[in-house]
Amino acid sequence: MAKTSNAAAKAVPVNAKLSWSKAFKRDWQLYLMLLFPLAMVFIFNYAAYPGMRMIFFDYKPAKGWDGSEFVGLKIIQKVFTDKDFIKSLSSTLVFNFLDLIVGFPMPIILALMLNELRYPRFKKVTQTILYLPHFLSWVIIGSVAYTMFRPTSGLVNIALTNAGIIDQGIPFLTEKWHWAVSYLLIGVWQAMGWGTIIYLAAITSISGELYEAAMIDGANRWQRMWNITLPGIKGTVVTLLIMNLGRVMGSNFERLDSLYNSQVRDFQYQLAIYIYEKGLQGAKFSQATVVGVFQSVVGLILVIVADKFAKKLGEDGLL
Amino acid sequence: MIAHLKVDDTKRKFVMKKTKKDVEETTVSDGSRAINKFRVSDAVMMIIITLLCLTCILPFLHLAAKSISSNSMVLAKQVYFWPKEITFDAYASIFSDGSMVKSMVYSVFVTLLFTLLGMMVCTCAAYPLSKKRIKGRYIFTFLLMFPMYFGAGLIPSYLLMKDLHLLDTMWVLILPLIYSPYNMLIMKTYFQGSIPDSLEESAFLDGASNIQILFKIVLPLSKPILATLSLFYAVGRWNAYADNKYYIKSEGFKMVQYKLSQLVSSASEAQTATLSEASAVTSTPEVLQAACIMFVTIPIICIYPFLQKYFVKGTMIGAVKG
Repeated sequence: MAKTSNAAAKAVPVNAKLSWSKAFKRDWQLYLMLLFPLAMVFIFNYAAYPGMRMIFFDYKPAKGWDGSEFVGLKIIQKVFTDKDFIKSLSSTLVFNFLDLIVGFPMPIILALMLNELRYPRFKKVTQTILYLPHFLSWVIIGSVAYTMFRPTSGLVNIALTNAGIIDQGIPFLTEKWHWAVSYLLIGVWQAMGWGTIIYLAAITSISGELYEAAMIDGANRWQRMWNITLPGIKGTVVTLLIMNLGRVMGSNFERLDSLYNSQVRDFQYQLAIYIYEKGLQGAKFSQATVVGVFQSVVGLILVIVADKFAKKLGEDGLL
Repeated sequence: MIAHLKVDDTKRKFVMKKTKKDVEETTVSDGSRAINKFRVSDAVMMIIITLLCLTCILPFLHLAAKSISSNSMVLAKQVYFWPKEITFDAYASIFSDGSMVKSMVYSVFVTLLFTLLGMMVCTCAAYPLSKKRIKGRYIFTFLLMFPMYFGAGLIPSYLLMKDLHLLDTMWVLILPLIYSPYNMLIMKTYFQGSIPDSLEESAFLDGASNIQILFKIVLPLSKPILATLSLFYAVGRWNAYADNKYYIKSEGFKMVQYKLSQLVSSASEAQTATLSEASAVTSTPEVLQAACIMFVTIPIICIYPFLQKYFVKGTMIGAVKG
């Protein structure tokens, strides 16, 4: 590495004191390339930012900006006292935390198990199968879930009834408490296989000598797992946990939308749904924007805090 | 560089496994070591993993069986994982109605175009930013990464699309998303880690321009990551349907996933009815729905086993800097 960078210094002067005009002259092709992505980002991302000023206006979609009145903090106050907003915010937070509690440990456990499997062929095939749900659209997952869990005609209920375990179909997806459990488990199911990849990669980088030494000292499988593998992937676990905590204000519209039905509205009505229904369906643009901006700002703060925190713990940051 | 490391790791793991076996073989004294090695915990783990795998396969097996079974058998709840009284009526009505098929062809087209443009814009961002010598690297990187952490939200984006006159066109499904900070980061990391600097320098000394170096040296050496990221783009576009719901009203511009979501949502059972009426084949909504779900799922399931390994590679590289 050191050698090559020396050569680079000879071939191309290091740019610390290079003026912009010289830099452009030397690398104009590179700057020209950069124009394309920069244009995309400015047109489709940054150009939307001014629209966020809507939180201070009473925006009327029919009249546009000219017909909209500046109202200061009125809309913001209105949203934060809105019962629907409080409801959707609290169910978002509750479900995201539950997701984290149920869903976070699962890939770790699964990765530990996959790592211990003895037959490489079996391991490869099962891994391939377990990754599958990650590649399916939420539409497909949602409609498959409904086909499997419908109270009368769903496969699971038919099987349970025929086996004599239950008399009446369980409303897995059509009663809100059952739905909450199904929603969480479907989320775990969708993400667990794919989540193992990162842990399996971390496990691969643990030195084999450690295992050898432990085995010679007579450590059994569980002791090896507990004392070598887990400490070995601790860094990855901590980083991912912090990263996931940073996403606790997020809300996946497709997951909620594809598992929707009118009986479970209480729990399904989370922030993404609030924004969609109030904004695009109800034409209350300003209110929906307030919630969107709130989500983005909190998200950004959480990411920055999470990054600082991870670095403080001596792990790799996210930024 | 990453590739080399990985090879080392797998080798090491292989060696590690071997030594594990050796140690166990020496500790087990009687002859039947193959049986002794296999402990209860192995069996338990294999059973758990097999069960989890079944939860990933059986639902689709069930749907596939249902979609080619007769109405009466499905209504009698006799179909589990094996079709009974096989008939392809439901598929026939999907194909004769045409709207699903048209939508499928359209989705494939949108996905391909999206992937092509996405890879172009991604390369145009990742290659310059992977060069340490380029002036203004930090500010450009910041500008290109910031949208990943702070989005304007649905309504401002919607108004932007409206102002750009993209609402209800095919392009609204393509242009806003072709630049992906996450994919750019992966590509940049790969360029920095796996293409030896010395290679480019010697080309530079021979008088090659940046563009020539990119096309003659960097891209040919980056085939694995190009494959991976193309797949990230393609699968991302193929699976997403929320933007259809936000931005598209005309039937002709809806992707097949969104059509499916409308079809299965209980509110629009009328649509299922029109589909079966249009074709003059009478499948019950249930069989028809199963067939529609399979129709949209089959392409992914068919190509999935071949693509899966590329994804794993990309995620590993992405994991280096999450």
